[in-house]
Amino acid sequence: MSDGRDLVKDSIDRGTVDAARELESDKYVEGFVTDIEMELAPRGLSEETVRYISAKKEEPEWMLQWRLEAFQRWKEMIEPTWAMVHYPKIDYQDAHYYAEPKGGAKYKSIADVPQEILDTYTKLGIPLKEQEVLLGVEGAMETAAAARETPRVAVDAVFDSVSVATTFRAELMKAGVIFMSISEAVREYPDLIKQYLGSVVPVTDNFFATLNSAVFSDGTFVYVPKGVRCPMELSTYFRMNAKGTGQFERTLIIVDEGGYVSYLEGCTAPMRDENQLHAAVVELVALADAEIKYSTVQNWWPGDSAGKGGVYNFVTKRGDCRGARSRISWTQVETGSAITWKYPSCILRGDDSQGEFYSIAVTNGHQQADTGTKMIHLGKNTKSRIISKGISAGKSNNTYRGLVSIHGKAAKARNFTQCDSLLIGQNCGAHTIPYVENRRGDAQLEHEATTTKLSDDQLFYARQRGIGEEEAVALLVNGFVRDVLQKLPMEFAVEAQKLLEVSLEGSVG
Amino acid sequence: MLELNNLHAHVVPEDGPSREILKGLSLAVPAGEVHAIMGPNGSGKSTLSYVLTGKHGYDVTGGSATFDGTDLLSLEPEVRAAKGLFLSFQYPLEIAGVPVMTFVRAAMNAQRKARGEPEVSAPEFLKLSKLAATKLRIDSDMLKRPLNVGFSGGEKKRLEIYQMLMLQPRFMILDETDSGLDIDALKVVAEGVNALRGAGRGMLVITHYQRLLDYIKPDRVHILSAGRIVKSGGPDLALELEKSGYDQFLKVD
Repeated sequence: MSDGRDLVKDSIDRGTVDAARELESDKYVEGFVTDIEMELAPRGLSEETVRYISAKKEEPEWMLQWRLEAFQRWKEMIEPTWAMVHYPKIDYQDAHYYAEPKGGAKYKSIADVPQEILDTYTKLGIPLKEQEVLLGVEGAMETAAAARETPRVAVDAVFDSVSVATTFRAELMKAGVIFMSISEAVREYPDLIKQYLGSVVPVTDNFFATLNSAVFSDGTFVYVPKGVRCPMELSTYFRMNAKGTGQFERTLIIVDEGGYVSYLEGCTAPMRDENQLHAAVVELVALADAEIKYSTVQNWWPGDSAGKGGVYNFVTKRGDCRGARSRISWTQVETGSAITWKYPSCILRGDDSQGEFYSIAVTNGHQQADTGTKMIHLGKNTKSRIISKGISAGKSNNTYRGLVSIHGKAAKARNFTQCDSLLIGQNCGAHTIPYVENRRGDAQLEHEATTTKLSDDQLFYARQRGIGEEEAVALLVNGFVRDVLQKLPMEFAVEAQKLLEVSLEGSVG
Repeated sequence: MLELNNLHAHVVPEDGPSREILKGLSLAVPAGEVHAIMGPNGSGKSTLSYVLTGKHGYDVTGGSATFDGTDLLSLEPEVRAAKGLFLSFQYPLEIAGVPVMTFVRAAMNAQRKARGEPEVSAPEFLKLSKLAATKLRIDSDMLKRPLNVGFSGGEKKRLEIYQMLMLQPRFMILDETDSGLDIDALKVVAEGVNALRGAGRGMLVITHYQRLLDYIKPDRVHILSAGRIVKSGGPDLALELEKSGYDQFLKVD
């Protein structure tokens, strides 16, 4: 513990333990509803709906056409059933595909953002410094941040179907970094959007991605120019609030040659007894020597203890290591949603490019998760690394599903995969389904998998030393996920840990 | 300090019927004394240590156990620990991903918090850790590794004593701490244990063999058989056992 790194690690552990101690109930603290007047698209999904959304966003004609083509394709597609998740048939006509707070999609200044929405972000505990930014007093914010010497985080806040505020835009722009909602980017940077949107996840990629392409509402657009290291962490907070709606987030991040960005998304939703659909598409493009770190802390409402309600999180996330020596890393902490269907993937197109996937997926109660990654090796000397930690408790099911594919030209490709599952209790399940396709004799592939049960004996051992039961679980789980948590940006690691504790509270005994 | 009176306890396996293991065990260990419990396999030695520390799967069906006059049996394991009860496990558990020092610090602070004391500061903790590790000849790198994962039997036992030195318990139960130790390790471990002797501390040393008692000298020796103390005596009793075996003391039910 002499070096700084250990002390930092130690402080994370303390954070978890403290967080576990502070817990008073097993309530989903983000489960409140913001009471605000909303403007909704009429219930149902038709060409009219698509036109309505496009008009709301004041989109150019080409964007509308793009959406309509997607919608035509979607109507012919069949919902996939191969994942190890079970849910009643979704009635796609029984939802609102667009919801915005009354009074406009984007607020010019913080004075225009309704107080209810500001209160929402306060309640969500988005760090104070970010709230100050949301408060729009930009100069004051910068001084305050500099005074604290803390790393700053720029935030795009997406509330239902619209981005309500994006912070630090001007300062980022000085560095040449474009950070704005995708709706604005469609209007302001049509060339970039035309060039890249759908270039990683094609419109017809899969049922949910195609649906998203037709009705996507808001998300974040990031462009980092050649040779620029983005000067701060970027983040988006997605909040689903309105009843009977779905959220169709669309995010596009492009990092030009030699650039770097670290991006984090957080997601929460109110407790509702209906199932809400979140069908997102995230596309990342890394050109030569570029690096993208994409972290997710997903805490959508998981449904109640009887399994009623919760978010269906059907998400397509893919990164394209388009240029040589580019690098994309996905880190996800998945604790929410009734159902998670998500495989953040990397297409390793550029020679010597690298893809990484670090995942912690926690399921409790009646949650179901089928998640993993795809590493598609196309270029020479491409490398990928997969570390997946699945934790199952309650009556939940947690599946790791992954594909490592080595194509014919991917000389000397390498992959390392490690899938660990931790079972808490008697009634949960963990499943590991790794697929490997290899067309090269010189590929080097490693796969390790373990399944362990959090044992009563271990808990007793910790308790005999004076550590209470909840804290003991926290400590043991923390140990299990340690190597993935360390991949998260430091500011969020503590947050993520706290989330783990909340998700697993009451899972023993 | 520790008083057991006519203690009866069943082991309750997850599958299968419960069995009575402790059948009216009475024992008193005054503060400052070291008592040894010796007995053949199956006499109830480990059950005794688990019942005292509150492990699941054991039902106390009669009698009492008090610690400084407080009823132990109604308390959660962590509460007993905060009161100063420490068990050196016969088979220490592996805790993957949790470094030794992180674990011990969590334990230390949990106990302190339960007692209404302030948390240990990082420098203070490091200082204490260094002292304990030096005494037990534990390499400092080992303390950064996940607790007990991949450690040898001897290293695990040494780490139990390291935890004991760090937590400074008031009453210690050593459950076959000598098993798996070579003679050099045994000496080191015994030195560590002896460092905690006195100062109002009590100790119960559970062992099969006299060997450990050469290094940790008991004030009293008790022979446990079929869930009861069948004979008590001074240190000589252990030597007598070593010479002539248990048979002469075993009761036939």
